[in-house]
Amino acid sequence: MRDVAIVGAGMTQFGELWERSLQDIGLESGMLALMDAGLETEDIDALFLGNMSAGRFISQEHIGALIADHSGLADRGVPATRVEAGGASGGLALRQGYLAVASGMHDVVMVGGAEKMTDVSDQEAEETTSMAADQEWEVFFGATLASLYALMARRHMHLHGTTPEQLAAVAVKNHAHGAANPKAQFRSKVTIADVLAATRVSEPLGVLDCAPLSDGGAAVVLTTVDRALELGKRPVVVRGSGQASDTLALHDRWDLTVQRATRLASERALKQAGMSLGDVDVAEVNDAFTIAEVIALEDLGLAKAGEGGRCAPEGRTALGGELPVNTSGGLKARGAPPGATGIAQVVELYDQLLGRARGRQVEGARVGLAHNLGGTGATATVHVLEVVR
Amino acid sequence: MTGVRFWREFDTRYRMLASKCPICGFVYFPPRDVCRKCRRASVGRMQRVPLSRRGRVLTHTVVHQAQTGFEDQVPYVLAIVEFEGGVTVVGQVVDCDECDVSIGMEVKPVFRRIREEGDAGVIHYGYKFAPACFPVCATDAPWGAGKGGEGDGGAG
Repeated sequence: MRDVAIVGAGMTQFGELWERSLQDIGLESGMLALMDAGLETEDIDALFLGNMSAGRFISQEHIGALIADHSGLADRGVPATRVEAGGASGGLALRQGYLAVASGMHDVVMVGGAEKMTDVSDQEAEETTSMAADQEWEVFFGATLASLYALMARRHMHLHGTTPEQLAAVAVKNHAHGAANPKAQFRSKVTIADVLAATRVSEPLGVLDCAPLSDGGAAVVLTTVDRALELGKRPVVVRGSGQASDTLALHDRWDLTVQRATRLASERALKQAGMSLGDVDVAEVNDAFTIAEVIALEDLGLAKAGEGGRCAPEGRTALGGELPVNTSGGLKARGAPPGATGIAQVVELYDQLLGRARGRQVEGARVGLAHNLGGTGATATVHVLEVVR
Repeated sequence: MTGVRFWREFDTRYRMLASKCPICGFVYFPPRDVCRKCRRASVGRMQRVPLSRRGRVLTHTVVHQAQTGFEDQVPYVLAIVEFEGGVTVVGQVVDCDECDVSIGMEVKPVFRRIREEGDAGVIHYGYKFAPACFPVCATDAPWGAGKGGEGDGGAG
């Protein structure tokens, strides 16, 4: 296995981009990453693209070829592969790109993630995101993705005494972080009172506990560490890549408040990196719902089981805290185009590790961790990145 | 979606038939063809068994923003119910006030309309859950009356 580095990153504005198509979004993020890397289109050997559901969102499948075509890669016949795992599509695409370079199959790989959610009604878009849950045995009976996370939240509250205020503190923190990110969908701060008073979606979760519907794309360029050094880049090395699966349906989990795929993906990535969570300086974790960040922090090991709710209120996960989490604003404030999320997390870490995350920089950040999750936790990826000084 | 997709699942949705691993004895609902614990050794040996009628709410939520076909039911209670033997199932809780649903509450499955596919589409039926202290058939009475919860008396 060869050592793999990120040498360029880029992303579009996230939000309701009514004037932009999926190919516009995919192309822009890819070109920004390529320019950042100082490479040419001709240098790209392969494209991996995370996309959850273009078939439902824009009635277009065969997205790998579509983006390759519009990026000028089709005439050279560059292989383009679309990867899907619900909200973890981006993280999975990154892992596929990583494996392609590490194995020696390709030298320079573009990994993108893109989603266009606002070409359909909000109702249709919500239904499509719920397709990452089990259609036959959850959704058929009236479940939505938000309601499944609400079921986790209620159980967590029952077992561990977690409060709505603690959940709200996650949204408050991530909105505060997003306010400093010019690419974020929401740059407004919110208060605990705002979150608690927001329209109820599925109790105990309200609108401000939930990530929005978003359009957006993000991309990174991967190559070998040797090639990165030749290019005169300060490589951000992928030290570990972990992926794990769990049951598709929430009710089939042995414990409703544990996302085991997160634990396993994290253990695998950190083991490969030869690191522990204590080595991590900045993390991007799944916060599709406020309870999701709480559970992720427990499964990653930042908090003991049941104590994840304390992290945000105590400031441990805020900028300046013990381990800043979701400095980009997270899915909650940066925005959550399912296919792009996993890559956008890595774009944020790349900027943090190169010390160019203006207005939200974690001083001296050397190691970053990205945690990407699909559905209610049936797929998780964790990547550990380290900048070479 | 076509009707056959739902017709395939009638045994599960209408009769709540589960599958049981003959090796470890664990029961799965919806039924699985491979036991999660015994894996390959269970292939071709899983048995069809009826699911226990006695469940308990593990967690619940009140849904306010619903999928198409459920809008006219909001707000409704959705729960994960644990049946005897540890089987867990998602479904709505009906026949009671949403405020009365609590973790640990005993429920039993009832046969109900789930949703309609518009004015001309298929009407989907399946199970929901009702408080066990409110028996709809006599067979529920022996335990529904005795252990169904506080002050129920098996009436209703």
